[in-house]
Amino acid sequence: MILSESSAPAGVDKPLQRRVIALLVFLAIAAATFCVPLLVPMPAYYLNLLMQASTYAIAVFGLTVVLGYCGQINLAQAAFFGLGAYGVGLGTATFGLPFWLALAIGVSLAAVAGAALGLTSLRLGGHYLAMVTISFQTITTLVMTNWISLTRGPDGVTGISRPTILGHTFSDSSEYLALCVVALYVVGFAVWWLKKTRLGRAMQAVRDNELAAGVTGVNAYATKVKAFTLSAILGGFGGGLFAGGFAYISPDQFSFSESVVFLTMALLGGVGSPFGTALGTGLLILLPEWLRFLKVVYLAVYGAAVILVMVFMPDGIWGFVSNYWRRLRPAPPFRVGVVPPLVLTTHMGNEDGSLILMLRGLSRHFGGLKAVDAVDLEIKRNTVHALIGPNGSGKTTLLNVLNGLYAATQGEIEFDGKRIEQLKPHARAALGMGRTFQNVRLFGGLTVLDNVVVGAERPNNDVPQGRDGLSGLAVAALGFVGVPQHASQRVQSLSYGHQRLVEIARALAGNPMLLLLDEPGAGLNHPEKQELVGLLKRLKGHGLTIFIIDHDMNLVEQVADHITVLNFGRRIADGAPAEVLRNPDVIAAYLGGQQADAAA
Amino acid sequence: MGIAFQLLFTGLGVGSIYALVALGFVLIYRATNVVNFAQGDFAMLGAFSMVVLAIDLEWPYWLAILGTVAFMAVFGVIFNLAVYYPLRKRSFLPVIISTIGASILLENGVLASYGPRPQSLLGIFAVPGFSLGPVFFDTQYLAILAVTAVLVFLQYLFFERTLIGKKMQAVSQDKEMASLLGIPVATMIMITFIYSAVLGGIAGILVAPILFVSVGMGSSIALKAFAASIIGGFGDVKGAVVGGLALGVIETFGAAYISVPYKDAFAFLVLFIFLLFRPQGVFGERISEKA
Repeated sequence: MILSESSAPAGVDKPLQRRVIALLVFLAIAAATFCVPLLVPMPAYYLNLLMQASTYAIAVFGLTVVLGYCGQINLAQAAFFGLGAYGVGLGTATFGLPFWLALAIGVSLAAVAGAALGLTSLRLGGHYLAMVTISFQTITTLVMTNWISLTRGPDGVTGISRPTILGHTFSDSSEYLALCVVALYVVGFAVWWLKKTRLGRAMQAVRDNELAAGVTGVNAYATKVKAFTLSAILGGFGGGLFAGGFAYISPDQFSFSESVVFLTMALLGGVGSPFGTALGTGLLILLPEWLRFLKVVYLAVYGAAVILVMVFMPDGIWGFVSNYWRRLRPAPPFRVGVVPPLVLTTHMGNEDGSLILMLRGLSRHFGGLKAVDAVDLEIKRNTVHALIGPNGSGKTTLLNVLNGLYAATQGEIEFDGKRIEQLKPHARAALGMGRTFQNVRLFGGLTVLDNVVVGAERPNNDVPQGRDGLSGLAVAALGFVGVPQHASQRVQSLSYGHQRLVEIARALAGNPMLLLLDEPGAGLNHPEKQELVGLLKRLKGHGLTIFIIDHDMNLVEQVADHITVLNFGRRIADGAPAEVLRNPDVIAAYLGGQQADAAA
Repeated sequence: MGIAFQLLFTGLGVGSIYALVALGFVLIYRATNVVNFAQGDFAMLGAFSMVVLAIDLEWPYWLAILGTVAFMAVFGVIFNLAVYYPLRKRSFLPVIISTIGASILLENGVLASYGPRPQSLLGIFAVPGFSLGPVFFDTQYLAILAVTAVLVFLQYLFFERTLIGKKMQAVSQDKEMASLLGIPVATMIMITFIYSAVLGGIAGILVAPILFVSVGMGSSIALKAFAASIIGGFGDVKGAVVGGLALGVIETFGAAYISVPYKDAFAFLVLFIFLLFRPQGVFGERISEKA
């Protein structure tokens, strides 16, 4: 552990000045874009363009949330945009409702459609989602075109009215534009802020590694549904404002090709940040005006641009620029300061010999293969229990069944007195089951600190109160494993050994009642392994209950209180280390021989 | 009763086009684990290539077919190199988006060079068809059904009975392992793209005389073909064929007995129902996403 002289708590030394300056610049630009249309007379044509740009951008922010943050594709954003627009259009023109009520109805329609679509399709993989959203898009367009008695069909809706605030009607287009600009900045700011919230981190965790997000306590399905619904809401909101601006809408404005345009805007600008999506939207609305000479091949160029962006600028223009900027001016180093001690609060010290985990007849079959075959196992509180066995003996499968990545074919799992075999991984994590993976699974797009914060945010965790409670806990966990100095870096820039430690810190920050370690020593060199042994011994000293899989007998012997041996999915030995390692069946299983075959 | 048989015949004909395009999807999906959203535009390109060769350049019909097949094979190579290959090490999302970009590029490229006016193409046979009882058998639909049946059979032989087909299956299951075993993964994927492009092109040649040849013809076929392959069981060859035929029949009957304007919605309604109650499709997904 590195402790610096400074007595200040750990954190990033980001000068307050710089943050204030950034905020001021943002506000100045916002004020300028708000005032210019009001003060400078503009031809109606440009007003319309700007109105289109600002309302589109709000819809494209939705893609930042669902695609950029959460990694889920949505090819129906134009349909949600259209639902909002038709809500306002039909609400005001046909039913004579006030604008705001009509807008609320339109946004609710989009929200309900988005939630329903998300609930039905987000359990499935990405290509299904692409297909389902395209289907929804196609059906929406068909309904808008063919349900003539309601939607007025292909002729579209005219006579859409504009909103009134405190008796003032925004009939003047430059005033309405100012209103849209305000909405744009409010939504943009909210989307930017979302990224730093618990929900935003959960979305990014799901995007980067859904499996790891689940075992860290994030409900991936619920998170995806939230992201998708939020995206639909923003689409509907943008569409409602759009309808008010143009006073006329028709089905072809909300077709599949518009959804593709929205997607391109988000990708070109950079889908990971609302600044990027706003930039992309502005560019793609203004470019056609600047590139009039390309008129005929314009859309073809557009398609080519999508491919080129994917190949050469996967993070879009904004991502490209900010990566470059980061290289020029690296983030200020993480000031280690005084690392608070990690308090593994929940469950230490009471070495009463009671059981924390009990498996009875647990099996997992893959077709005819019995990867785990009727295994009984008991883990006592405050012990280190090792599971060993030759390659392919079912150790990792057992772990995956234990924390819910695989469903058990048969058998019971009792954890802390509760039957858990029906629970999803995130629910088991919420009960206090932490885990690391054989092949490190971190959230690649997040910083080291944020990775660990996601761990600290597991449901039911005791997090110290206060604004810095979470990050304090995360820094404490990083300090415990010995890498607090890397907290502000992206995880991908760390060495493999350090990534393993970060993964352990992520699990520790969740204050697990039981920590499952899947071959923590795999791929480590000798000094790194020694460090790991030291870390495990310290954890043991704190009374943490650990269930560890490893091949390295030396490592296992140094830390384990109890060893269980698996071979061909069956338990072949169980007991104190010295006794188990002398067991002839175990020796045969490792070295090959008659007894191993008999045991199989 | 006669009408029902007529509709069934037409539905199967339309369905076999979906099946052909769906086969192309399935092949690329099995090789790369990525869905090619430009698959329908392969059919569109094939149809336009026929228009150019058979009408504009006045080649004989059979030569135009050969020319189109050759063109599509070359196009498959270009598509693989430009759209898939640079992104092969990334997740499926960038590749999907890249194929969507390719679809926009192809449709609007053809639009820019050929204009929006739909073209028409004559059928393969001079005789339009014959009546058997109350049912009229259109020769073009018969040709479509026959060609689809032959291609499905050849594809089955190829994948299950030839070494190269087995190598391609190995690639689709685990690229790293396949490459460690000395299978040239990049070449296998290249072959897949060539074959899928040719398959799409053949679908285009066959469907051109029935529909008008237009820029948008491919994407609507592709959406339904994709729906068909999910209904059949994504990644499954049988599933693609059965799903395609079923969808063609459902759509034709739906249009005749329920509603013409909502004809295109039936496919998607059936798809939604499947996704809700049996997302793995009729035959089950061949390759699930790896944990």
